[in-house]
Amino acid sequence: MLKVVEIEHLTIQYPDVKAIDDVSFTVNQGDFLGIIGPNGAGKSTLFAAMLGLNTKYKGTIKFFGTDIRKSKNHLKEIGYVPQKPIFEKNFPATVNDVVKMGLQKESDENKIDEILQQLWIHELSERRIGELSGGQQQRVFIAKALVNNPKVLILDEPVTGIDQQSIDLFYSILKELNSKQNITIIWSSHDLDAVNKLANHVACLNRTLFFHGESDDFFKNDDLVKQYSEASMQEHMHHH
Amino acid sequence: MAFEIFTFSFMHRAIISGIAIAILCSVVGLFLVLRRYSLFGDAIAHSSFGGIALGLMSGIYPLWTAYGVSIVSALIITRIKDRFNISGDASIAVLLSSGIAVGLVIIGLSGGFTLDIFSFLFGSILLVSVNDTILILLLTGIILIVILLLYRQLLYSTFNEEQAKVSGVPVEKINYLIVFMAGITVVTSIQLVGVLLISALFVIPNVTAIMYGRGFKQTAIISMSFSIFSVVAGILVSYLFDITPAGTIVLIAIGIFGCTIGIKSAGLLSRHH
Ligand SMILES: Nc1ncnc2c1ncn2[C@@H]1O[C@H](COP(=O)(O)OP(=O)(O)OP(=O)(O)O)[C@@H](O)[C@H]1O
Ligand SMILES: [Mg+2]
Repeated sequence: MLKVVEIEHLTIQYPDVKAIDDVSFTVNQGDFLGIIGPNGAGKSTLFAAMLGLNTKYKGTIKFFGTDIRKSKNHLKEIGYVPQKPIFEKNFPATVNDVVKMGLQKESDENKIDEILQQLWIHELSERRIGELSGGQQQRVFIAKALVNNPKVLILDEPVTGIDQQSIDLFYSILKELNSKQNITIIWSSHDLDAVNKLANHVACLNRTLFFHGESDDFFKNDDLVKQYSEASMQEHMHHH
Repeated sequence: MAFEIFTFSFMHRAIISGIAIAILCSVVGLFLVLRRYSLFGDAIAHSSFGGIALGLMSGIYPLWTAYGVSIVSALIITRIKDRFNISGDASIAVLLSSGIAVGLVIIGLSGGFTLDIFSFLFGSILLVSVNDTILILLLTGIILIVILLLYRQLLYSTFNEEQAKVSGVPVEKINYLIVFMAGITVVTSIQLVGVLLISALFVIPNVTAIMYGRGFKQTAIISMSFSIFSVVAGILVSYLFDITPAGTIVLIAIGIFGCTIGIKSAGLLSRHH
């Protein structure tokens, strides 16, 4: 089985908090990994290190067997959807412009239409990005992440503030990408039910890794499930 | 009478260089405006004042010293800003005031203001030589080619630095490139509108165009059109009525901006139906 990501003894220290403490896990090709943990658990911090945005970490992160400190080539294989895409509200860019930014080879331009169709946003292609609803914008950013045919999709809690219908559509798209196109998905979420339905692997993160394994094993363990469903509602798991 | 002015070749040179500068300022300015860095052009212009004073004192052609001083100081302030996490507006203030301060001290040392200084402060487009025109066209061509070649990287890192980084765009290099291009553009444009009004050409056509355009290219083209119109009309009108070209150009640009605001607030402008 091809190892997509190998994280070994990862520790990330911010000036005031240790956000990640000695975390190790492996993601194999075709995995749909749901990372769950309360606010401040270190999910975005973990992603920032994996994406090369934060290099001040201890331990090793490997993508496809190569240490990301040695080469940035892994970035070409990753599609990333941030927790909150920040941009100037009146930025003069259409949906088409935004998706095209993600495109590494100009030659693949008809790929854009294909992706927009797949995500049900082709009718929006000439609208300005800042004028779309939250759910529509999110699909645009997924389209941007997918336009290079990534092998891995990293999504940081992307459904905050979006209506149920859009969330369902979004989840069915993720499921399809994983099962039909064999894209490895690493996805952080607060929604245990969704993780139960979609993910085949689960990681419980709260500064350290409390659990990592098959989704079935996690959801069979009532204690863990109880702890984490409460933890994602309140923050009492939180102990910095 | 009105057509007579076209027969003067200084007028040809003025209009040709004016159009080139209009295009240059609007394109480079669009990236600055969208990065919330609108006044950066102004800061570079003020630092070029120091460069001009240096040239006038040392006997080197002032535009060359202006290029050197502006570009170097713009790159240094950007480095300091990134390294020590200083905010954009504060770094602009530092660059702006240090340029003027250096200029004033040098001028003081070399015996006070001369006529030359005024032509740099307020522009002297009707005085551009054949060589100036060639240089302006050359620099405009080079910068436009660079922008076209690096279009995606420039746009992406302006839209969202972090995401651009994740997509493998060398964001820091692109930022320095924009600063470098802004430096060249500002000093090149000094001949048209002078040090004091440069940021008008960087900002006004762009904020106007952003209200009309949907996509990036469309907005850039609209901005260029407004910019070219303001410059050409400004040169002609100022010649006919014997007023200062720089002020006239900027007033026309402001006029277009004002009309756009008027149309918008009357609810006549909608980008889609
Ligand atoms: N840039 C930063 N500088 C200092 N501390 C930070 C920084 N980013 C995050 N932290 C801290 O690190 C810890 C983990 O934050 P992180 O954003 O990774 O959590 P998260 O799991 O993504 O939370 P959420 O569910 O709210 O998105 C928090 O205590 C936070 O305050
Ligand atoms: Mg987060």
